[in-house]
Amino acid sequence: MSAGESASVTIPLVPPRTGDPEITSELVADHGLSDDEYERICRIMGRIPTFTELGVFSAMWSEHCGYKNSKRLLQLLPTEAPWVIQGPGENAGVIDIGDGYALAFKIESHNHPSAIEPYQGAATGVGGILRDVFTMGARPIAILDSLRFGDLDSARVRYLFGGVVSGVGDYGNCIGVPNIGGEVAFDRGYEGNPIVNAMCLGLMKKEDLITASASGVGNTLMAVGARTGRDGIHGATFASEELSEESEEASRPQVQVGDPFTEKLLLEASLELISSGSITGIQDMGAAGITSCAAEMAGRAGNGVEIDVARVPVREPDMTPYEILLSESQERMLVVATKGYEDEVHRILEKWELEAEEIGEVTADGRFRVLEDGAVVADMPALPLTDGCPTYEREGIEADEVRELREMDLAEHLIPEGDLTKTFLLLLASPNVASKRWIYHQYDTTVRTSTAVRPGGDSGVIRIRGTEKAIAATTDCNGRFVYLDPRQGAMIAVAEAARNLVCSGALPTAITNNLNFGNPLKQHIYYQFREAVLGMADACKAFETPVTGGNVSFYNETDGLAIYPTPVIGMVGIIENVSHISPQAFQSEGDDIVLLGENTAEIGGAEYLYVTAGLVAGFPPRVDLTRERQLQRAVLTMIQEKELRSAHDCSDGGLACALAECALGDGEAPFGVNIVLDDALPPVATLFAESQGRVVVSCAPNRTENVIRLAMDYGVPARKIGTVGGREGPFHVTAVSGQIKTDLTSLHQAYFGALPAIMNTPVSSEE
Amino acid sequence: MRVGVVTFPGSNCDYDLYKAAQQIGAKVEFIWHRQKNLDAYDALMLPGGFSYGDYLRAGAIARISPVMEDIIGFAENGGPVLGICNGFQILCEAGLLPGALVRNASLRFESKDIHLRVEQTDTPFTSEYEKGQILRMPIAHGEGNYEADDQLLEELEVEGRVVFRYVSSDGELSDEANPNGSKNSIAGLTNKSGNVLGMMPHPERAMEEILGSIDGMGVFLSLATNLSTIVL
Repeated sequence: MSAGESASVTIPLVPPRTGDPEITSELVADHGLSDDEYERICRIMGRIPTFTELGVFSAMWSEHCGYKNSKRLLQLLPTEAPWVIQGPGENAGVIDIGDGYALAFKIESHNHPSAIEPYQGAATGVGGILRDVFTMGARPIAILDSLRFGDLDSARVRYLFGGVVSGVGDYGNCIGVPNIGGEVAFDRGYEGNPIVNAMCLGLMKKEDLITASASGVGNTLMAVGARTGRDGIHGATFASEELSEESEEASRPQVQVGDPFTEKLLLEASLELISSGSITGIQDMGAAGITSCAAEMAGRAGNGVEIDVARVPVREPDMTPYEILLSESQERMLVVATKGYEDEVHRILEKWELEAEEIGEVTADGRFRVLEDGAVVADMPALPLTDGCPTYEREGIEADEVRELREMDLAEHLIPEGDLTKTFLLLLASPNVASKRWIYHQYDTTVRTSTAVRPGGDSGVIRIRGTEKAIAATTDCNGRFVYLDPRQGAMIAVAEAARNLVCSGALPTAITNNLNFGNPLKQHIYYQFREAVLGMADACKAFETPVTGGNVSFYNETDGLAIYPTPVIGMVGIIENVSHISPQAFQSEGDDIVLLGENTAEIGGAEYLYVTAGLVAGFPPRVDLTRERQLQRAVLTMIQEKELRSAHDCSDGGLACALAECALGDGEAPFGVNIVLDDALPPVATLFAESQGRVVVSCAPNRTENVIRLAMDYGVPARKIGTVGGREGPFHVTAVSGQIKTDLTSLHQAYFGALPAIMNTPVSSEE
Repeated sequence: MRVGVVTFPGSNCDYDLYKAAQQIGAKVEFIWHRQKNLDAYDALMLPGGFSYGDYLRAGAIARISPVMEDIIGFAENGGPVLGICNGFQILCEAGLLPGALVRNASLRFESKDIHLRVEQTDTPFTSEYEKGQILRMPIAHGEGNYEADDQLLEELEVEGRVVFRYVSSDGELSDEANPNGSKNSIAGLTNKSGNVLGMMPHPERAMEEILGSIDGMGVFLSLATNLSTIVL
């Protein structure tokens, strides 16, 4: 017996509610519970659960709420550091950023809803993550989105992509939180199962931190915000299943509709409530609605709760306790009002024209009790709901086909077919490399007048008004690398996120992660998950970036086919002084261009292979965490000592594409470049391999010596590879036995023209 | 100078506008949408955002909100009123400015830096600019496509009420430089008596180098200069 079970006391018998179905093994199975899990529930209860109780257990013990297949491995991730104020387990992680301020941040997925209804799925994903942040007492200051879709030659994928982007945009735009970055990738590996992860950052004074716990026996539970309807019932369980062709139609009622206007009111009202001191806890009713919200809040405080569902404001008549408890209607919160302060809570909510109803109270008996107009319909110990969920560690075995792909001989691909310049422009125009302007021009990036670096750079940067500091944030993960070698791929995700922050002038500080995987009950998926978590744990330790929370999204499969394992890293960093904010684009003609790090022939998993041969194969590039850390220290020192004019990480598309991005900037005032690379490598490798640990920097010619010396001090290889040319171009990159020779117009057209050209074709929901 | 920034439920640039007005030395207060009596203010500003969610039509509900009657009275008495983005949409809906703002020609939300040409400097909002000056500042809207019939356009042009026009970085008019399809590339205009300005671009987001531009300051500085002249 686990701790959760031993807490069981005699639970009174609750008579079956008229109209509720009888508990049968089919019904139990429909609730996604195994026979063992059901037996465990009966042991905890000391009797057979009622239909309502079964629903509550099913939601709380779903993968989504109970983390049953991930919890044990997640415990391997580092979560502590002196600057961590709140680690995993709350609505959002919180770190100390100095000057009396704290930063709350979290990432969350909305993959399944977005696959069914892209606009609303994505919009409500943003809504949910905003609530997670402002319920900590923090005002949301930035959003990032990490997206994955199939290849854009499919009309259905374009429909999903377009819908998700408008959904992410419209919700954030309406609330007035700037989107400062993120990433998007396109690969057939995500064809049926898009990935939609949204991250939010919020700022607060340290003393305004509030946690989501139901403390203070006798305090009043209040339902706040939108009314409860029959939408999204059992969404948490739905998110814990694979999609099939039938899912799209059958599941549409489980996708909720967002109302950003109500959310904006909730945001303002919540922050006012928190600062008024009239409440002791507040939480979003997210997955599994009132159930998980109340159970989690009770669990954290070690208390019980009693709720009368007849007092919950509902949208439609005749809703059963089961439905009310499990509805996932959006824009609702549960507030714990200090006894005697209910009127104050009502007053604030009325100002914001929000509904609030007293629905129950915090109790001392540690039970999760639900009444319907005074009659008990569920009575269960609260703790086992949150802590008693069985957790599993499974056997993981790598799939043979992945090993074969990884070990594929790629030698023939190192010989370029045809003209290198043509290949380069093709690569630059690949949606994975090309400018994402088409996306972020639909996102408000400047509202709140604090965005110092907008999307399109290595990371987004928000200055903190009233201080000298700024916060940088990024999301990263190359799913192909993780697919080919989950441990290495996850380390790369962390390393690249940190590198992105450093290139913007920030010290990487903490992580929130979104682990998107297939069905963990399959051995090869569990293998991916385990290896990725292990790799992530190593990298987080190496970069001193603890994980303060996140989200696990399993069952990202359609018709049995899983997505690439995609452990998205959302990382935040602190820029000590806004004068350290560093651009990625070249700034001045005549500046020297210096490459930090080494080119290698590691072409495995590269975009080049996908674009030229449709291949996802080979060993992903190796990342040496110690050397990577040294590189990042060197870059940050150079930036802080004002040696550099620009810094940009090398990633998708390799060195050649990184140079193009530095040259083009935002496209308005590009520079030519003249680069000579003397690496004894095939030109394809030099130009397009995605070797790790490389940063392209530029500096005034009289600083070059310093820059190279500083790099040497950190043991980082560094050499001048060329100079920034004029406004008219050309763009020349010469490798040993191969050359890219083009002009800025072609470069511009390839890089900025690609996505608009694809997306301005008619979009329909039908293939 | 005492400035009131009107907050409707769903406004989201109210704080930005507050900061901008404060930056040029104004005393600023938020005005809640239920507030009555605006006599204490020298100027009113209607911020961007999505008033009442704008689910019906941008500004359509804000137009009938309690505070609107007094805003109209304030404007009719010659008080300067600045509406930015959603504020502009509300002013059009309320009839303080002519014409309408409809869906962007692209049918998408457009958020980016654009260039404006200052067409008129004899307004209380633009006197600190040079005529023909090119400004750079962000836009962020889904419904900023200025629509008016030929007669109205003619009237606006003849009366010199088009204050800002979308142009390229070197000041040329073109379809490419017009981010939303607005008639005559109109980005901002005044009422007949010149004391009400509506504009889609966000000058309050272009007030500091760190934000990428300081070209928006002129709007607020002009207002400050003109109001202090009036007071003296």
